[in-house]
Amino acid sequence: MAFTKLQQWLLALATFSGFWATLVAKAAQPQHFLHKHEFLVLALPVILIGLFGIYAVFTVLYRVFTFNNCEEAAEELNKQIKQARKDLTSKGFSFEKVK
Amino acid sequence: MYPKRETRSAKMARDNEEKSRTGDKYSILLPTYNERENLPIIIWLICQYLDTSGFNYEIIVIDDGSPDGTLDVAKQLQKIYGEDKIVLRPREKKLGLGTAYIHGMKHASGNFIVIMDADLSHHPKFIPEFIKLQKEGDYDLVSGTRYIGNGGVYGWDFKRKLVSRGANFLTQLLLRPGASDLTGSFRLYKKSVLENLVARCVSKGYVFQMEMIIRARQLNYTIGEVPITFVDRVYGESKLGGSEIIQFAKSLLHLFATT
Repeated sequence: MAFTKLQQWLLALATFSGFWATLVAKAAQPQHFLHKHEFLVLALPVILIGLFGIYAVFTVLYRVFTFNNCEEAAEELNKQIKQARKDLTSKGFSFEKVK
Repeated sequence: MYPKRETRSAKMARDNEEKSRTGDKYSILLPTYNERENLPIIIWLICQYLDTSGFNYEIIVIDDGSPDGTLDVAKQLQKIYGEDKIVLRPREKKLGLGTAYIHGMKHASGNFIVIMDADLSHHPKFIPEFIKLQKEGDYDLVSGTRYIGNGGVYGWDFKRKLVSRGANFLTQLLLRPGASDLTGSFRLYKKSVLENLVARCVSKGYVFQMEMIIRARQLNYTIGEVPITFVDRVYGESKLGGSEIIQFAKSLLHLFATT
């Protein structure tokens, strides 16, 4: 059976954690070049989450502001409602409530 | 002797005959509850658009015991359009949307099913577009979408749009469904596909639509999309209250963990 979405996320998370742990271990060694950036390495998950958050907020806002307002569709519908009422009445339909 | 020139109407009649000869029939399911005002209009529009495009169709009205007399209105319409076009399959009381589809499908004579809302937010002019796209790609289902191309909404304020876009973003991120509009309910299905999907879905309310399309992806059905305009004529009343959001979140997590 295929992985569920939850399992896929957990797998990706585990992979990233492994990768990050390696980086942290390397940055802890004084002779390693990453040692100078130890804080950056430690903060990496927070930075990535923050960046993704910014991306998410901007994407959603952009989509809200570019969400089409269908004024013409509403106008067309209103016209057609009048047409329909006229046509149906001529065919013997009664819009009044019976009884 | 000159061959007789074909008149325009004769040509149209021939084209239409050709379309119905393909044997495809479209059963449009309209679940209703207190739609006395809207039902005549939506049926008039469906007939208007489908008669000109020449497809073979029927409209199945599933009224759940509306107290406003929707069923009487439907009976009047049946007299005008005929019993082969308008099929009435009322139920005693308000039952779920899923069971309305099962109930309607049992009586559907078409090999394709169109589901849409009867409140005029879904315009029947898109049905021929759904059909055309379905034929082009032999899709298992075609879904209307408000979120891409010329699709859109009318009558939504900032908050409503924000909730809609936000929920959609989150769902796309977590479920990657391969369809842009998950909660919309304007769709065309192959009948066997809809039967299979309905049997597997457990959600209630509008979340049901989301589960249907997620299960469709899970079963490797092909999905086509047509941009639609969604005209919300009910002003000031947001259908997205707190309980809807909680219900949505629950289903999202359920589908996240199980599909």
